[in-house]
Amino acid sequence: MDTTLKVEDLHKKFGAVEVLKGVSLEARTGDVIAMIGSSGSGKSTLLRCINLLETPNSGRVYVNGELIRMKPLQDGTAKPEDIKQVERIRSKLAMVFQSFNLWTHRTILENVIEAPIHVLGLPRKEAIERAEILLAKVGIAEKRNFYPNHLSGGQQQRAAIARALAMEPSVLLFDEPTSALDPELIGEVLQVMRKLAEEGRTMLVVTHEIGFARDVASEIVFLHKGHIEEKGPPREVIGSPKSERLRQFLSATRH
Amino acid sequence: MDDSLALFIEIVPTLLAAVPVTLVLTFLSAVIGNTLALPVAVGSLSPHIYLRYPSLFYIFVMRGTPLLAQTYLIYYGLGELFPGTWVQQSFLWPYLRDGFWYAIFAFSLNTAGYTGEILRGAILAVPKGEIEAARAYGFSRFLIFWRVTLPRAIQICLPTMTGETILLLKATSLASLITVWEVMGTARQIQKVTFRVYEPLIAAGILYILMVFILTRLMMVVEQSINRHRLASV
Amino acid sequence: MRFVEGLVVTVEVSVAAYCISLILGLIGAGAKLSNSKVVRGIADLYTTLVRALPELLLLLLIYFSGADAIKFILSLISEDFEDFEINTFAAAVAALGFIGGAYMTEVMRGAILSIPNSQIEAAKACGMSRFLTLRRVILPQMLRYALPGMGNLWLSATKDSSLISVLGNTQDLLFMGYRASAVTKHYGFFYSVAAILFLAITIISMIVIKMLEARVNRGYR
Repeated sequence: MDTTLKVEDLHKKFGAVEVLKGVSLEARTGDVIAMIGSSGSGKSTLLRCINLLETPNSGRVYVNGELIRMKPLQDGTAKPEDIKQVERIRSKLAMVFQSFNLWTHRTILENVIEAPIHVLGLPRKEAIERAEILLAKVGIAEKRNFYPNHLSGGQQQRAAIARALAMEPSVLLFDEPTSALDPELIGEVLQVMRKLAEEGRTMLVVTHEIGFARDVASEIVFLHKGHIEEKGPPREVIGSPKSERLRQFLSATRH
Repeated sequence: MDDSLALFIEIVPTLLAAVPVTLVLTFLSAVIGNTLALPVAVGSLSPHIYLRYPSLFYIFVMRGTPLLAQTYLIYYGLGELFPGTWVQQSFLWPYLRDGFWYAIFAFSLNTAGYTGEILRGAILAVPKGEIEAARAYGFSRFLIFWRVTLPRAIQICLPTMTGETILLLKATSLASLITVWEVMGTARQIQKVTFRVYEPLIAAGILYILMVFILTRLMMVVEQSINRHRLASV
Repeated sequence: MRFVEGLVVTVEVSVAAYCISLILGLIGAGAKLSNSKVVRGIADLYTTLVRALPELLLLLLIYFSGADAIKFILSLISEDFEDFEINTFAAAVAALGFIGGAYMTEVMRGAILSIPNSQIEAAKACGMSRFLTLRRVILPQMLRYALPGMGNLWLSATKDSSLISVLGNTQDLLFMGYRASAVTKHYGFFYSVAAILFLAITIISMIVIKMLEARVNRGYR
């Protein structure tokens, strides 16, 4: 299966405001797609429509070739036909949130094994083995028995990444993973993400870190007001932006 | 003063014997009431009107009427239903003759209402992000509730629950008004028998203070063990 | 409709007891925040004891000791008073007020401590005397934080008022329920009527409290 993720003509309205106006996207195995754009451009909404944390009004989402079946409702919105299908597909798409969203009543280790045990049905021993490897990989193995509140922001986010990896997902979804971090902690998280990209994982990253996007992404998608204004490899999009808005955006965010 | 003291010493063992009754009343009412509070709280948050309104109404009635009224209603109200019916011949009758089980019934229902409201607030206070993370990982709605929402909510409302349990302990004194021989009832009885007004009450008072003190310490230990994760960063 | 008379009595008891609680609460809160260890100690003892003991117990204790104290004082004055029977209404009001005062103290103390220090500093900087500061800055602002707690205590007062029937008083709402049901043997029905009337008190109280909270909080949203 070459196309891991496909999004066709997605529309999403919040009340009277249309946030996504017909967005289409494709991600092949191993792609690292960075989504950039100003606030309100719809990039987070797009990400959240993929794992159905938001339900699109219309459009189609395919994960590993499987279409998420939706049922249109009278008021113009839609809802998933089969919640079980959604839950199953979600278990193949792991998300890393801006505010980490670690479960604060469980230790780091427990956070990482929670989903594999209860959603995938993995035996506890196996889940723990998997978790140990991942925690070591992101560099916080010694914090396994600590509670999230005891860790720095960067450590928490790395734990969240380990939690995501534990599900062995087809696609990793990152929703502005470094936006809530102090500047000096951003680097450690980006480093982990870079390593994952180099391993060939399929990643969809909504970010403000243009430098990261330029260096690590295989494709950059620029969203503006619910449309994809421009997309292509970093060389082209960042090096020689075609659209005027993209030029403005890049010069405004250049440090 | 001397015979006061002597009387005191005589009274205390009798009252002490009633302490277990108070404690059992508290414990059983707390366990049953708090367990019932769960469906009440969940119901009150349900999107279905025919679940939500009855739950909210239940909470409203329990908190809006005096516990004494509820107790009398159950004791006398149910009491008028039973004589002459099949229940008198059944195995349940020994339970239904004694005020004790009516008291537990009334206190449990009342607790369910108060705790239901507290739990409801706590569930609403669970950080939405943690729930969203569970959704994003494919947890079913039941699993999310069981593994994330409920544990967090219990942590959030634990301090308030300590206060509520103390209030319940004190409320058991009302059982004395429906012939239950817990500490308060026993003290009143001693008053009638010995014609001494103050000693029984003061002795009972001391016992209550002790019980409250021990219970508070106990709850603090529970709180601390559940809240390990809240300690300031190391 | 003796029930309505009972309702009125219940409300009267609640109001009277609540007023006493308010006064005791203010004094108590002031005492707890005072510089004198003795004053603070007394206030602490007051709140701790009252809050650790069941209302029923306190009610009886205060009733008996209050009655005895007054009888004693009156007997010193004149022998005619030895058979004086204490009005159960007054006794219950005093007792419930005393109990409520302890809880009220905590509510007010917490509220006063919640007032941002900057507000008091501003008053001092203007040259306001301590008394003036109390009157114009602390009290109004404390009200905002204390209102929810005070509202809850009012609701408690209305419900605890029914304990008055234990002292032998035969006029409150709950006793009306008992009276009616004992005569007709329809316990369930008449106690339910009493319960519904209590709910009515609760609903009206809650509406008033909501309105007060909205009023006190204008300027903050």
